Amino acid sequence: MTEPKRGGGATGPVSLFDPGTMLRLGVIGAVMLGVVAAFAWSAGWLSPHRLTQARMMETLAAVDGIHPGFRRNHAKGVCVTGWFQGSGQAVPLSTAAVFRAERSAVVGRFALAGGMPFQADAPAKVRSMALRILPSDGAEWRMGINDIPVFVARSAREFRDLLLATRPDPATGKPDPARVGPFLAGHPEVARALGLVGARPVSSGFADDTYRSLDSFRFVNAQGVSTPVRWDMVPVQPFVPATAGTGRDYLFDDLLAVLRRHPLSWRLMVIVGAPSDPTADPTLPWPADRRQVEAGILTLDAAESEDGGACTGITYDPLVLPAGIVPSDDPIPAARSAAYMRSFTLRAGEAKPPSAITPATIAAEDRP
Amino acid sequence: MTPIVRFSVLARVLHWLMAAMILGMLFVGVSMAATEGPAYATLVALHRPMGIAILLLACARLANRLLVPPPPLPAAMPLIQRIAAIGSHVVLYALMFAMPLVGWGMLSAGAYPVVLWGPVRLPPILPHDPALFAVLRHLHSWLAFTLFGVIVVHLGAALLHGLILRDGVFAAMASWRRGRRDIL
Repeated sequence: MTEPKRGGGATGPVSLFDPGTMLRLGVIGAVMLGVVAAFAWSAGWLSPHRLTQARMMETLAAVDGIHPGFRRNHAKGVCVTGWFQGSGQAVPLSTAAVFRAERSAVVGRFALAGGMPFQADAPAKVRSMALRILPSDGAEWRMGINDIPVFVARSAREFRDLLLATRPDPATGKPDPARVGPFLAGHPEVARALGLVGARPVSSGFADDTYRSLDSFRFVNAQGVSTPVRWDMVPVQPFVPATAGTGRDYLFDDLLAVLRRHPLSWRLMVIVGAPSDPTADPTLPWPADRRQVEAGILTLDAAESEDGGACTGITYDPLVLPAGIVPSDDPIPAARSAAYMRSFTLRAGEAKPPSAITPATIAAEDRP
Repeated sequence: MTPIVRFSVLARVLHWLMAAMILGMLFVGVSMAATEGPAYATLVALHRPMGIAILLLACARLANRLLVPPPPLPAAMPLIQRIAAIGSHVVLYALMFAMPLVGWGMLSAGAYPVVLWGPVRLPPILPHDPALFAVLRHLHSWLAFTLFGVIVVHLGAALLHGLILRDGVFAAMASWRRGRRDIL
């Protein structure tokens, strides 16, 4: 197509005003513009209503305020360390090394849901446990699990809309019923999930709480068989019903106090789903009679402040999975993974003031 | 008439293969850095092995570029065009290496495992350092925008040579016709 032609317009200076040349210049311009427009569309720059990661961060900041250096959600927390002892019982379900009868190191974090790093503890606030489990073969497993029975939205967009609908009114400090009512009427799945969350038994603290994956994943075994799963971390410590606490940080203070006395343990109960169980919708509970496999025991024996702690410079990205665990069609882990990466990029580039639980807090509690 | 001298077959194969991969990677990258949707997991799982594949191909391409010289630019080409041509190609080669290395380094500094495929992981190439992660994450984006811009200009210049100047520069890379002379 591009034989160099002697004569014609190719050898002498090209005249820009030749109609053929102008047409060709137009084609070149259109091709370049088309590629740039496709790129801009892919980046979301041409779609102001598309929910991008940047807009999710803007929503969290609008609802919870701007707190440089802190995680954009689950901002108030403390680091913990310990180990996970696999039982071997989940090996028929997954090839992941963490399930073998061996010990893996754990760096974890307990936190309260919400982007406010200095919010006051209260019984009904959602608590989370985040874990980074590091088996000897290096195939690590990260998770962020919560003490509620189901997740409260079916997509990132629905979660964003829920945050906006339930954001506290500056005048009253409480969600505005005029916003909440219409939102829940239009999202009956969210209303039902919030009902289940509100009806959960609330434990006295972090130590006697049950934390659930909420999201569905798939375990893949040595034969390549893929099984839908969810999982719960069930405390070995007996459940004590919540009572009103005193002090802004009473839940964290209690956790630090009990960890000073003795280690805390949880059983990792893998819930084996049936093919009919909903994996794509984390607002739907699975039937209570599903087979459970005790995959191992988590033991946590030390706490440290996030300031300089081992849980701060990483994300508990639910898509950091070892071979033998893969995502399901649940859209929420991908949304969380994307948002955590963006949150990490923001906070890791900011100067962070001291956390609610500082190293000095922990040192003071350590003194008799 | 000076006959067209084409790039070697290997150079042309590497160019067009990498053109498709790099342009694809830029679109995968900018999409995954924006989306909150379920495609994120798939895009990330694609982005890492493709980036490493591009890094390996860039090594092969640079070696080939140093061993087999490219066909000479047309004798009549003005100096300013020569400088633009050589300069933009230096930038393209530099970014072919920089993009995957910054991406790999960024995941290393953020303590993310660099999973290629299933159980296959790469070791970290930088120490765990969150502040460095933030810098490299931003650098990865800005280098991607730069690479995309240079590619668009490269594409425009190639079409200018092919459609308007018709001086054999476009054919040297884009012609697959039999009977043409290749370099060497």
